[in-house]
Formats: sequence, structure tokens, C-alpha cells
Amino acid sequence: MNETSRRNLLSFSGLAPLAGGLLAARAGAAATEAATTLSARERIRERYFPDVILRTQNNEKVRFYEDLIKDKIVTLNFFYAQCDGVCPGITANLAKVQRALANRVGRDIFMCSFTLKPAEDTPKALRDYANLYHAKPGWTFLTGRPDDLELLRRSLGFTDPVPAVDKDKSQHIGNIKIGNEPLMLWTACPGMAHADWILKAISWMDRSPSALEKACCDGKS
Amino acid sequence: MYYNALGEKVSRARYREMLNAAKNRRELIAAGLYGRRELAKMGLLTAGGMLLPKIGLSARARTPFAVTSQAASPMTRSFVDPLFVMPQAQALPPFRPLNPAPTVAPNTAAGESRTRPHQALTQFPPQKFYYVTQHAIQATQSPDLPVQTLWAFDDTHNACSPGPTYVNHYGVPILVRNNNRLPPPDQNGGFGMPSVTTHLHNGHTPSESDGFACDYFEIGHWYDQHYPNVLAGILSTHPGTGDINEALSTLWYHDHRVMFTAQNTYKGLVGYYLLFNQFDTGSEDSGFRLPSYPQFDIPLVFADKVYDPTTGLLFFDLFSLDGILGDKFLVNGKIQPFFKVHPRRYRFRLLNTGPSRFYEFFLTDLNNLSANNPYWVIANDGNLLPAPVQVTSARIGVAERIDVIIDFTPFAGKSIYLENRLNQINGQGPVISNPNGTGATECNCPEILPAGGGNLLMRFDVDTDFVRDESADPRTQTFYQLPQVVAPRVVRTFKFDRLNGQWSINGQFMDCNDIRFHVSQNSAENWILTNATGDWTHPIHIHLEEHQILSRNRVPPPLPIEGSRKDVSQLHPNERVQLFFRFRDWLGRYPLHCHNVVHEDHAMMLRWEVVPDGTGDKVEVP
Ligand SMILES: [Cu+2]
Repeated sequence: MNETSRRNLLSFSGLAPLAGGLLAARAGAAATEAATTLSARERIRERYFPDVILRTQNNEKVRFYEDLIKDKIVTLNFFYAQCDGVCPGITANLAKVQRALANRVGRDIFMCSFTLKPAEDTPKALRDYANLYHAKPGWTFLTGRPDDLELLRRSLGFTDPVPAVDKDKSQHIGNIKIGNEPLMLWTACPGMAHADWILKAISWMDRSPSALEKACCDGKS
Repeated sequence: MYYNALGEKVSRARYREMLNAAKNRRELIAAGLYGRRELAKMGLLTAGGMLLPKIGLSARARTPFAVTSQAASPMTRSFVDPLFVMPQAQALPPFRPLNPAPTVAPNTAAGESRTRPHQALTQFPPQKFYYVTQHAIQATQSPDLPVQTLWAFDDTHNACSPGPTYVNHYGVPILVRNNNRLPPPDQNGGFGMPSVTTHLHNGHTPSESDGFACDYFEIGHWYDQHYPNVLAGILSTHPGTGDINEALSTLWYHDHRVMFTAQNTYKGLVGYYLLFNQFDTGSEDSGFRLPSYPQFDIPLVFADKVYDPTTGLLFFDLFSLDGILGDKFLVNGKIQPFFKVHPRRYRFRLLNTGPSRFYEFFLTDLNNLSANNPYWVIANDGNLLPAPVQVTSARIGVAERIDVIIDFTPFAGKSIYLENRLNQINGQGPVISNPNGTGATECNCPEILPAGGGNLLMRFDVDTDFVRDESADPRTQTFYQLPQVVAPRVVRTFKFDRLNGQWSINGQFMDCNDIRFHVSQNSAENWILTNATGDWTHPIHIHLEEHQILSRNRVPPPLPIEGSRKDVSQLHPNERVQLFFRFRDWLGRYPLHCHNVVHEDHAMMLRWEVVPDGTGDKVEVP
């Protein structure tokens, strides 16, 4: 199929939400009762956070939602150890972020880096990679079943709308998602932004009174 | 090979289902049918309420998790709510002055979050004072959806979203005290950052009152914004008066919180700000004799949104980086309203608040789909053109406005629809049609859907009672000339790019503390916008002064509508757009950014500054 007809097809399928709405409304009829009682936080969890089982650089089994993000301020990004494009710069940036946040990482802020190539990024390969960047506890590197990581990647929006680009791992999304899971605050920042700016974005996730006192405004210079 | 909207391979049978679904949906829209009863009547529903398989399945129906922004909302009926017309914002009565009184220096001790003194408060002292709070409200957007929690603006008389419409006049400076009373994030219903900065879009506003993205303030704090309502050039090229050819008519205000503008505007923080003067008077009995405000001059806010299919509550895709498209079309906060009009001329102000969609507006008569129904464009981005232009359609990106004159006389006793016929399927921008099959981007012609096959936005029900119409015939009218273009002191180039999904300008990303360049006050410059992002279209917005498009790919803009004053310019795939700018009157920080608010929030923005005459960059700074 050439580009034109594929575009046309995309446009057709993009115009078909009516059926989806009807089906969802019907199929959900029984589920609606339960769904409407779900809190906004639970709905976000249901929609975006599959609780897949992953493996850390220390070969520990963890669940994505329960163990990695629940009740936490987090940074989430995708990479692979052999990536020689944007990954080294982004990982170096994250290392700076971890140094600046010091002992808060592992206490209320947690950093997670997920591999795009789980077949080659074994826990051992991830450990070597973490050591290369002097990653400290609180910054977890994760591998797992390829299907689980792909589901996670798509659920968290690390995707490109052009299928050919989406498949090309060298063009993978270099943004860092930043969130406060219990407060439902989510944003994203380029992984190649200044480390200070990434830190600033992380600071907004902290809504404690002492943090807000400092939050007021930016660019005072 | 067949693909669905997610780019996944599908079977040939599935592909046929999808085509069928699209076709059926177009027929249903054309017939104005949405309700269950109507569907049953057409034999599309079984007795048990099952949708017949010929409707097909949405690409997302089988997807366990949201992986794109193309969620499917629950069904809603069309044209059951009347149009909501936003009330006029009320200034405080003179016997109730602001307390504490506004000060030139930020009143930090009393909770003000402003960081710089007012630069023009004593020169243009406010004559009207507004006390506005931003807080959560409960509102319905369709009788078929539950009550929604929105964020609204409240002028002490009305709390609504879109917010109250400011109606002001040149020569009458005002001051707005903006209070943040939003609920804490655990009550945000799933999205929204209760930290705000309100930008007056296209205001010729001193930096500290502009609503700059980094001037955000937190719950319990407030911020005084001073709007001088003066014409550009008042302190330099046209001392004491300003340049009448820089007159602005249709402005809007919206939250501009850095990295959270998409969420906060989607949640409701938008509204209109109208400026009248001795020519555009608001009365059809004087000046340009445009249809009188408010009876025949109607501001319309367009927004497309998605509702959670199980709860019916407003849904925002927190993890989109590309852009968010809604499958429900709202006008002034209601899904597909109807509006009763008289057979006479009306002025409508059309504003696209996004988040990401482009619109091309047509007037559609569903009983005569082949008819071209012309209307007049009188203003682009709220700026009256040299003269009205008759069109059968006009296209706007996010944040752009057009003012139009529609004469309903030919439609007396009938209904006519405002329809968006631009085809767009994701955040990339309108689908570019490729009639010659010679490479999708050689022609930047967007794909226009057939009449009745697009998105019906609202319905005008034209009664048969002829009423007085003293407004001028657009054929005979002229408005303002274009401001003079002079040689630029500096030419700057901005490359809009995307590296591994990271939106950038000249390879760099938004950072509040990063001043990218300095412009000399009282100078003219050319800014060249180039698009290096392949198939993406970006609506680029620049604060402070308006620009004129000198060329697109080195060709002067063809239409009188494009060759006008602008504050947003569409940057199409592979385009190079050259703009003319002047910088006068105020000093300080302003942004340049993409107004696809999802791109904007993901760093496609930069900070620049106006500095005193003679101290700016002498050459382009990369
Ligand atoms: Cu953009």
C-alpha cells in the first residue's frame, strides 16, 4: 500500500469514533457502575499504568505500578545500553539530576529508565550501564519481557505517530516523563534540556508547603 | 498491507469494517443523527440496543490501554443545547476599590507574585479595576454527559468557562487583579496544574502584565495585570496617539503556565477580550457600522475534547507528546449548540482554542450539499483587514481568530450549519492531500472533506422575522491600511525541529532562565521561521507586537487575508515564512512558541527580551 492510500485509510479510521463510543457505552454498561466509582487516580492507573513485572539491574522482580510509581514522584524514560544517539547525553543529564537531588532520590523521588532492547539489555548489562554513569540507589534500570516493555512504552506515550519512525529504535522518544502519581500531576521534558530545567520541572511535582514557598516564579534574572 | 489509526497491521476484513464505519458515520452526521432513538429508527440498532456490525469497530475498542489521543467519547446528541453567550466581565464599582490598592512595585508582602514593577502604570493610570478569581466550577457541556468540574474565571458576578468577555475601549487603561483559588491537585479530577499565569493573547502589554509563561503563581497568591489599551507606537513612531493601523479588535485570554498550558486551557481557563475604538465602535450606527455588540456581534470559542467512555467525564491524554484531538466539538463550552438568528447580518468572532486541531470553516446547508455559501472575512487574528474579503471557507490554527460577517437573509426560515471540513487525524496537522502522487509535501494543500462529511460545529436556526439591520454592506467597506514596512535592523532565523520526539527551536529547548536573544527597543527586524519537522504543521505565536507575513517560501502571501497583521502564523511542512516586526513601547521578556499547546508544553518555546534602544543584538544570535 502506498503512502497516499495509507493516509486515506488512517483518515477513515480516525473518523470512526462513533462506533467505539457506542460499543464502549454498551460493553461498559455492567462495568459502568464500577467504573464511575473509580477515582480519577484509579482511572489514570487503569488507563496508563499496566502493572507489568519487570527486572531491575540488580535482578530483582518489580511491578511497574505497585513498586515503581505508586505514591511516588518519578521520572520515566526509555533508552538502550548500546544507543549512541541521544541516550548518552540524556543519561548523563539524569546522572546530574540525581547528584543534585542527592538523598531525595530513593526517599520521595524515584528515577526509572526502561530498556527498548530487553533481549540484549539483561540485568547484568543494565548494571554495567548504571555503573558507567555512577547511578546510585533510587535510580532503577529495567528490563523484562519484550511485550511488557512495549505495552509500557505505548501506554506512557513514548511513541511516534509515523509507524516507520516508531519502529526505528535510533529515533526513539528522548523525553523524560515527570509525575507525582498520587496527585495526578504529569508532564514531560526533553531529556536533552539543561539538567537545571529538568530539576525545576521535578520540583513542581512537590506540592508540600515548603516547596511551594520556593516555587513562585521563574527567570527572575 | 492494511493499517489502523494506531499504525498496526490489520486484516483486510477489519479494514473493510473500518471503511464501513467511516462511511456510516458520515451518513449519520449528514443526517444529523446521533441519538439512540434515531439510530434505532434507521435500523442501525437492534431491539436490545446492540449496534449492528455494519457500523464497525473503532481502532481503540480492543485496545486495553490508551496509547494514542484518539479515545472515543460516549455518544452525545447534537444541537440540543442553545449557544451559551459569555457574559461581559464586570469591573468593580468605584465605591469598592481594590484592597490593597495596586502598587507600582510588586506587593509581595500582601501575597502578590509579580516579580517586576509596572513600567507604565503611572503613565497610563487604570480607569477600570477588575477582581478576578480562578476556581473550580460545576458545569454541563451536554445533556448526555454528567456534570463536569471545570476551571473558570470569576469576575465576582459570573463564574464561567469560557470566562466572562472583557469589553474595553482604546484610551481606557484597566487593571485586573487575578487571584488563584484553584483546588489542590488531588482534586484536579485527573489533570491540571493549579499554578497559573494569564496571558492576554495579542495584547500590546508591558512584559510584567503579559502573562509570560514563567510568571506563574500558586494557590492563595494573586497578580495585578495592567492593560494600557493603547495603540502600538504611542511612545515612539506615533507619539501620543499610536498607529491607528495597529488597532486590535479581537483578543483572548488564557492560561500560559509553562509546561501545563494544554491541561489548564483544556480544563477551561480561556476567555475573550474585545477592544473597541472610534471606528470599530460596537454599534452599527457609527464608525465602520459593524453589526452591534452584543446583539449581533457574537464571540465563539471552539474547542475539541474527549470524554471518558465509561464515566463521561472530561478526559485529557496526559502522555501525548504530539497533540490531542477531540471527537466532541464544543462552542462556548457546549457540545454542538444551536443558535437562533434573525435574517440579517451578524459579526461572529471565531477563536480556535485547540489543543491541537486546525479548522476550516464552511457554511453547510444539509438540504443542498452542493451549494457554496459565501461569507465575509473582516479580520484576521482580530485585526480588521484593509477591506472585507468574500470566501466560501477560511482556515485557522490553534489561537488564531477570524472575524466574519454572515448574512442570514438568504436562509430565512431554514437551518444552516457551521462545519469544519478540514481532515486531521493526529497532532501532525491537517492531512496534506497529494493529488499528483508526487510526494506528500510538494503541495501543502490540506484535505477537505465533502460537504456534510466533516464536523458539524453548530447550527444556526434562521427565523422569518426581518429585523432592522443598519450594519454596512461589506462590499462597500474599507477598514485600516497595513502598517508601514521598513528595512530590518537584524534578520533572525528560527528552525522548528524535532529530535527524537523532543520539540526544539534552533536545536534548543524552553528554559525560563535562558534568554535566547535581545531585541533593541524602537527597531524593526525580520524573523524567518523554517520548518524542519517533515509532515508537521505548527501555528507559531509571538507576543508583544504583531507581524506581517512578507513571504512563504519566498513568495508573498497570495490572499488579502494572509497578507494582513498576524500574531500567529501557520508554518506548514517544509516551509520558510518571513515575518516583519517592530518593537516599541515596552521593555522586558516575551516568548515565541508553537501554539499547538502540546508542542508548546514540551519545550517548543523560547524566551527573548526587548532591551533599551541601541543595546540589543547587532547581529543574529543563534
Ligand atoms: Cu508545533
